[in-house]
Amino acid sequence: MIGNLLERSDLFVYLSASPLTWLTLTFIAYLVADRFSQASGRHPAVNLVALTAALVIVMLKVTGVSYETYFAGAQFIHFLLGPATVALAIPLYRNLERVKASALPILASLLVGSVTAIASAVLIGKFLGGSPELVASLAPKSVTAPIAMGLAEKTGGAPFLTAALVIATGIFGAIVLSPLMRLLRITDKEAVGMAAGVAAHGIGTARAFQIDSTAGAFSGIAMGLNGALTGVILPFLRPWLGF
Amino acid sequence: MIAAFAGIFLCQLLGELLARAFNLPLPGPVLGMGLLFVGLLIRGGRTTHKGSRSHAVPVSLAAAADGLLGNLSLLFVPAAVGVMRYFDLLRANAVAIGVAVALSTILAMAATALTFQLLSRTLLSRRLPVKKS
Repeated sequence: MIGNLLERSDLFVYLSASPLTWLTLTFIAYLVADRFSQASGRHPAVNLVALTAALVIVMLKVTGVSYETYFAGAQFIHFLLGPATVALAIPLYRNLERVKASALPILASLLVGSVTAIASAVLIGKFLGGSPELVASLAPKSVTAPIAMGLAEKTGGAPFLTAALVIATGIFGAIVLSPLMRLLRITDKEAVGMAAGVAAHGIGTARAFQIDSTAGAFSGIAMGLNGALTGVILPFLRPWLGF
Repeated sequence: MIAAFAGIFLCQLLGELLARAFNLPLPGPVLGMGLLFVGLLIRGGRTTHKGSRSHAVPVSLAAAADGLLGNLSLLFVPAAVGVMRYFDLLRANAVAIGVAVALSTILAMAATALTFQLLSRTLLSRRLPVKKS
C-alpha cells in the first residue's frame, strides 16, 4: 500500500537507505515517547524503551525497511551504550559513602538475587517444556546483553535469542519495578536500585534513574556486579539445575 | 566536554584491552567503569567539609555522564528494535518465554530488594544503640 506507492519514488529509495533517516527517526520517536512518558507522570507502564522501539518497528514494517538498514544509522546511538556504562562510575562515586555503609547488604542481596534469577528462569523454562537451547538462553537473561550472549554461547544457548530475552526481561523489569516495590513495602531507594540492576540490567537501571539518582547509582553497581557474578556462578549452577 | 568524553572513551578502551589481554569474563565497558571509578578515588578532590555525602566530580565529566545516563533509555532502542527479527521465534515459544521471563524477573527483584532491606535494617538497628568506636 503506502510502501508500494512510496517505493516508486527515487527520493524514498534514498531516504529509506540513508543512515541519517533512521538516526533522525529514532531521535524523533524517542522524543514522542518521552512526551507520552512525561504526560503520564513517568508511569512505569509507559516504558520509554518499549514505546520508542514499537514506534520504530511500526515505521520499519510500513516502509519495508530491514533491520540491517535501520541499524546502519542506529548504530551511532547503540555505540554510546559502552561510554554510558563507563559513566556509571560517576553516580557510583557520588554515592560512595552510602555504598560503603551498605557493602554487606549489597553483596548479600546480589548473591541471593543473582541465583534466584538464574535458577527460576531455568526451572520455569524446563517445567514449561522449553528446549535445552531455550533454557540455556534463558539462564543469563538478567545480565547485560554482551555478557549474557557470551555466556549463552558457552552453555549451549543461542546468543541472539538470548539478546532478545535480555531486552524483554529489561523492559518487563522496568515496568514492574515500582508496583512490585510498593507491594512488598520496599522503601529504601538503595534496595529498589539493587533489585532493578540485578534483575533487569541496564534497562532497569534507566528506570531506576527515573525514580531517584541514588536508586540509579545502586542499580548501576548491581548491574555491573551481577554481570561478573553470573559469569562466575553459572558454570557451578549448571549441574545443580540440570541444563 | 571533549576532555570528559576523551576520558570516558579512554577508560572504555583500556577496559576492552584488559578484557582481551587477560581473557576476562567481563565486557570492556564494565571494566572501564571500574577504571574510571578508581581514577576518581585516586583523584580524591574532597576539599569540602568532612562528612559531606556527595563526592565532587569534575564539572565537565559530571555533565557528560549525566547527559548519557539521563537518556539511557534511548541508547537501548536500537537493540530493542532488533527484537523484531526474533518475533517468530519468540511467538513459537510464547508461553514458556513469557512466563519464565515475567515470573523469574519478579522473583529475582523481590529476592534482591527484600534481602537488601532486611539486612540493612538489621545492621542499622544493631549499630544505632551500641556505638562502636
